[in-house]
Amino acid sequence: MTALLEVEDLRVAYGKIEAVKGISFSVEAGQVVTLIGTNGAGKTTTLRTLSGLLKPVGGKILFDGKPLSGVPAHKIVALGLAHSPEGRHIFPRLSIAENLQLGAFLRKDKDGIEQDIQRAYDLFPILGERRKQAAGTLSGGEQQMLAMGRALMSRPKLLMLDEPSMGLSPIMMQKIMATIAELKSQGTTILLVEQNAQAALSLADQGHVMEVGSIVLSGSGQDLLHDESVRKAYLGED
Amino acid sequence: MNTLPQQLANGLFLGSMYGLIAIGYTMVYGIVQLINFAHGEIFMTGGFGALTVYLALPDGISMWIALPAMLVGGALVAVLIAVGAERFAYRPLRGAPRLAPLITAIGLSLALQQLVFNLYPNAKAARVFPQLPFGPYHLGSVTIQSGDIFLIIAAPLCMAVLAFFVRLSRTGRAMQATAQDPDTAQLMGIDTNRIIVIAFAIGGLFAAVAGTAYGLKYGSVSYDMGFVAGLKAFTAAVLGGIGNIYGAMLGGLVLGLAEAMATAYIADIPGMQQLGGQGWAAVWAFVLLILVLLFRPQGLLGERVADRA
Repeated sequence: MTALLEVEDLRVAYGKIEAVKGISFSVEAGQVVTLIGTNGAGKTTTLRTLSGLLKPVGGKILFDGKPLSGVPAHKIVALGLAHSPEGRHIFPRLSIAENLQLGAFLRKDKDGIEQDIQRAYDLFPILGERRKQAAGTLSGGEQQMLAMGRALMSRPKLLMLDEPSMGLSPIMMQKIMATIAELKSQGTTILLVEQNAQAALSLADQGHVMEVGSIVLSGSGQDLLHDESVRKAYLGED
Repeated sequence: MNTLPQQLANGLFLGSMYGLIAIGYTMVYGIVQLINFAHGEIFMTGGFGALTVYLALPDGISMWIALPAMLVGGALVAVLIAVGAERFAYRPLRGAPRLAPLITAIGLSLALQQLVFNLYPNAKAARVFPQLPFGPYHLGSVTIQSGDIFLIIAAPLCMAVLAFFVRLSRTGRAMQATAQDPDTAQLMGIDTNRIIVIAFAIGGLFAAVAGTAYGLKYGSVSYDMGFVAGLKAFTAAVLGGIGNIYGAMLGGLVLGLAEAMATAYIADIPGMQQLGGQGWAAVWAFVLLILVLLFRPQGLLGERVADRA
């Protein structure tokens, strides 16, 4: 069986500076895979390339058996790859309900969309309470919930979450991580980029450690969590 | 007559026309952060497109039949030029430094003027534009010309349709999303290139209505009519808050009224006798622009730039 997502020797550059230097990994259906590493390791660049916002200079991406090279970003969503970007990027002057509807922009099944919006409100009750409010008025954590809910609205085969816990209070971060665990238990396939290595690795089936554009270490979430070099570099232990 | 109600009416009519043109600046800016300085010329070609259709129709045809055809013809020309400019002049420069598309826009503006000047028959002087066969009407001390009647019906109608389109249609929602965050809009599955084309097309459509209105109001169209009208409409767009369609409407009206008031009454202020009259209209319009840029740079209805992040 081939994996849902297969990345092979992917290279991405900004001008002459190579930000991703030939990485390979795969995501099987039903798995949670995480990319961890410090700022500038190339994690966000990787996700933005997978969703078509950046063009790779080399390598192969196979999603659901189809090559993604040359496919524009707005068509990649239609293939079942949803991306909740770093920094949340909700549409600030549209309401929460409108943001969620935009997540289902390519879907035509009105009833299904309504059901999924309701599901997002069940998952994040605060969004339901404030559905008519402009999304820009939400707190950071609430905006993160909206960004995740919006990404789910396309009923993706693979959900990519970029730094969902960034800038959140510890309580809000726990809440977001609990939601990711819940999505995992429902069978959602997730590619998770996180700086909070502890939380990400505890959830993940597979983890990859990135440093300056390369994957330097791969393993199961549990293995990495107990790996000495990972503990030193990313979990703040001496 | 120089009564106050007359001046208010004049300002309203003029402002409606500025507002229609300003929509084109503001929609394009809102979505691609480009000042399309060729938009005044798109307005001009819209007027010439309408005139061409009229000249192609049989002599003595009723304006009631000719006008809809003229509007369609003008819209066709203006939309084609606007969309063509996007496709062939601006799109290749997306991602280039801001100065490049700006200079391109100015070049395109001059090119369009000169093309009409040199290639359109007898366009080296103003060309006579047909008039609507009614009016003028007298409402108390206010005289309203037929061209103004057209404006006062067409402008609110166009703007209401646009407001509903942007707020309620799927494409309108996609335009709002693209204006607020183009990358994320793509992640939703929105083809942002298509949205940009639509923004230019709507601008062209409104410019054509304004170009036809200009011909009906002033009785002629000329190759250089888009220069000052375009600058004033751009002023209106900035005045209202560029990127905001309601701002463009409001900015147009405020500018039209300010211009009418200034030309009529500035000369009554002691010591300013020489500064009144039509010759000073553009001066007062740009004085207003400078004041807005100094004291409220985001415009009347614009958000602070920080809100865009």
